[in-house]
Amino acid sequence: MAEKLNIDQIRADFPVLHQQVNKAPLIYFDNAATTQKPKAVIDALQHYYELDNANIHRGLHTLAERATTAYELTRKKLATFLNAPSTDQIIFTSGTTAGINLVAQTFGRANIEKGDQIIVSNLEHHSNIVPWQMIAQEKGAEIKVIPVSDEGVLDIEAFKALLNSKVKLVAVNHVSNAIGTINPIVEIIALAHAVGAKVLIDGAQSVAHLAVDVQALDLDFFVFSAHKLFGPTGVGVLYGKRDLLEAMPPYQGGGEMIKEVSFAGTTYNELPYKFEAGTPNIADVIALGAALDYLQAIPADALAAQEEALLAYATEKLQVIPGLKIVGTAPEKIAVISFMVNGVHPQDIGVLLDKFGIAIRTGHHCAQPLMERYGLVGTCRASFSFYNTFEEIDRFVLCLEKTLQMLQ
Amino acid sequence: MGQPINEIQEELIEEFGLFEDWADKYEYLIDLGKKLAPMTDAFKTEENVIKGCQSRVWLHAEKQGDLVVFQADSEAIIVKGMISMLIRVLSNHTPAEILASDLYFIDQIGMSQHLAQTRSNGLVSMVKQMQHYALAFS
Ligand SMILES: Cc1ncc(COP(=O)(O)O)c(C=O)c1O
Repeated sequence: MAEKLNIDQIRADFPVLHQQVNKAPLIYFDNAATTQKPKAVIDALQHYYELDNANIHRGLHTLAERATTAYELTRKKLATFLNAPSTDQIIFTSGTTAGINLVAQTFGRANIEKGDQIIVSNLEHHSNIVPWQMIAQEKGAEIKVIPVSDEGVLDIEAFKALLNSKVKLVAVNHVSNAIGTINPIVEIIALAHAVGAKVLIDGAQSVAHLAVDVQALDLDFFVFSAHKLFGPTGVGVLYGKRDLLEAMPPYQGGGEMIKEVSFAGTTYNELPYKFEAGTPNIADVIALGAALDYLQAIPADALAAQEEALLAYATEKLQVIPGLKIVGTAPEKIAVISFMVNGVHPQDIGVLLDKFGIAIRTGHHCAQPLMERYGLVGTCRASFSFYNTFEEIDRFVLCLEKTLQMLQ
Repeated sequence: MGQPINEIQEELIEEFGLFEDWADKYEYLIDLGKKLAPMTDAFKTEENVIKGCQSRVWLHAEKQGDLVVFQADSEAIIVKGMISMLIRVLSNHTPAEILASDLYFIDQIGMSQHLAQTRSNGLVSMVKQMQHYALAFS
């Protein structure tokens, strides 16, 4: 039995949660879009700008040294967080989207040729579809799609049938943002590797909920955004295997990413700097370090237990609402519930719940191919984090019932 | 000649003034949405769609004599309620009247958020499109 979290104490760490929205206490159930930030993260930002602000890596002075140390410390923390073999394999980007585009434009450009194939799944966020379509179109490669069942589970038999030596890359998410399915990435990676394909895992939705060990998983590429991990917006992380990263051509050119520049020819810097052109997002990277510290101070099993309990409780309570159907009922799910109600447009539900102070997400969740698969214009999505409470779920269900009464 | 645009706006402000809390206001808005005159099916075409991020709006306009007549529909009922008010205010007016109009009632009845949520529901584009039609017909 996992140790229980002291939720009141945890909630006290998140200033944003303590406010009234439309004259009601805020209930924040849009954690899959972005998580809230603990005070420690906000303080780290303020501390940096008030005391340490300097450009990193190039300065000799004390502030530059402090800023550089703090910035590089986050890289170390991330290497530990992901169990990466070295800090050089942790590359800072501006987000998941930027990380995927980086891999598409470097690894993709160097390795994908006419007639090759890239496999994505029907569960992907547009960020993990469009960059591949762009490079496929440019190179004359093909995109193949792993189908998804009515429950929201990827069809692994169909995936096996898609695999062949022309497949250069498989890009799937660890967890679906739209319906919460946890995908069997261990199996996907092993199957892809067996035909010589590399794998990019989009971890945007998993890092806040599941432990990721890049070595145990034999990951080629792993990307995520800090802002979905209680950190600030504008920072993302790309992990890659060393040989892959070293063989990849640089992405953007500029300062930081070079060793020597001359008009006769320029040499590029080593990992990870080869992929970090220009002044990076120093403050937010440092604050991501504070987010990791915060998260790691909470027992992981207690955190998982809280989220699991919230998911089970909300699922049970929502199911009894007449006409409500949960979209995505995979046995392996994180604490995300997508649902629709017969004859009611999701947008109407979202607008009225907001009037009750409740933040959920409505729409296609940047996963239009998945919505198309289910014949839906969109869903309502409630996504929980460990700082959410059972009382919030009670009030959410009550307000949803009132909302539906108004609409039906 | 129909009722002046501002007179209709004042009427709406008065109607909404009767409600104390938001729930009553929204119930009335939803009711207006339900009562919106159905759009002729033949006009619910791809060309008449105004794409919002989350719900679609259809808008059709035609000139009847000197007046512009609008028909519209949406998938979402709250948007439909808004549409119903916009049609009540702007339809059956001359292009000049429509172009000169200032839709202050939306703010006064406390519904401006539905026009501020850029692109998400198609309403902002719909209002613009109504003005474009008026311009085209003038
Ligand atoms: C699964 C998934 N992939 C990619 C993204 C894009 O992340 P970002 O917008 O932070 O780049 C998201 C964000 O919603 C996501 O949930």
